[in-house]
Amino acid sequence: MSVINYASREITFKIVYYGPGLGGKTTNIKYIYSKVAPNMKGKLISLATELDRTLFFDFLPVEIGEIKGFKTRFHLYTVPGQVYYNASRKIILKGVDGIVFVADSQIERLEDNVESMENLYENLAAHGLDIRNIPFVIQYNKRDLPNITPIEELERLLNPTKVPSFEAIAIQGVGVFETLKAVSKMIIREMNK
Amino acid sequence: MGSDLNILEAQFWAVNDILNKLLNATNATAVLLIDKAGQLITSAGNTSTIDLTAFASLAAADFAATSQLALLIGEKEFSTLFHQGERESLYVCMVESRVILVVIFNSTKATLGLVRVKANQASTELSKIFRAIFEQIERQMKGGLPGLGEDFTQEAESEIDNLFK
Repeated sequence: MSVINYASREITFKIVYYGPGLGGKTTNIKYIYSKVAPNMKGKLISLATELDRTLFFDFLPVEIGEIKGFKTRFHLYTVPGQVYYNASRKIILKGVDGIVFVADSQIERLEDNVESMENLYENLAAHGLDIRNIPFVIQYNKRDLPNITPIEELERLLNPTKVPSFEAIAIQGVGVFETLKAVSKMIIREMNK
Repeated sequence: MGSDLNILEAQFWAVNDILNKLLNATNATAVLLIDKAGQLITSAGNTSTIDLTAFASLAAADFAATSQLALLIGEKEFSTLFHQGERESLYVCMVESRVILVVIFNSTKATLGLVRVKANQASTELSKIFRAIFEQIERQMKGGLPGLGEDFTQEAESEIDNLFK
């Protein structure tokens, strides 16, 4: 849910990083945090367990500047990927403007990706939303690892509607900004439809 | 896109008036209005030492998590929350099921009882304004939400390119 405040002249959009556990959602956000200039970002909040697994969410506000007199911001959220945290995932999707699905390219995680994607559809439906009507991109992460599923196979299983998709090595920052750029532009365009 | 929240100038000032009245009546430190998705709508009082963006996102998550707890024990939601600190405390209540009103108060200067009564009064007044805002949004949605124009899209896209390099 974008919030447009005509009085204080501010616009805020919400982007959610979704995907299976340990797929690299938090790594994406941390990389973005490390690269964006201090005056354009807020505090990175991580509600994680002591083992660094996301418990509830990570949150990073990023400002893109003043556009036509409107201070424009993106709020980036990640969800906990582990299957049993579904209640938390559902909460975070509330009011979402755009979604990034971070898939784990490793062969042994293929099924987890498919399951997480199905879970995304279900949770969106619970909010009365349909993935086909929301700005949505897919990131195939961990492309540097040896045991990975070919892109064609991932596309066939995870991307039936042919949304923009990106190969990434989030830990090195490869593909991270391309992904974020794509989804944020889709959100801006969607707003003006 | 989902149900966006667009606030016009007159409504914004009416909302701010109510928040300031609540602030003065309770002697609270600050009053915040946050949408359920975690974005700050507006605030009144002394917020200079608070990271408002972080606060808004956490308050909304707190409310959402507590609502799930309510469901687990057969309640629809908890309409109010209270967090007690050594000095500063929070009183949180819902406006029209869509907006969260948070009162931050110092227990040496303000009392929970008064905060509760005045916050609930403010919530009723805010309800009227937000009902009008939501009706207006629904009307707009039917006719297509007015965007900010092609200029805005182009400028935003170039800023995105600059920032996310």
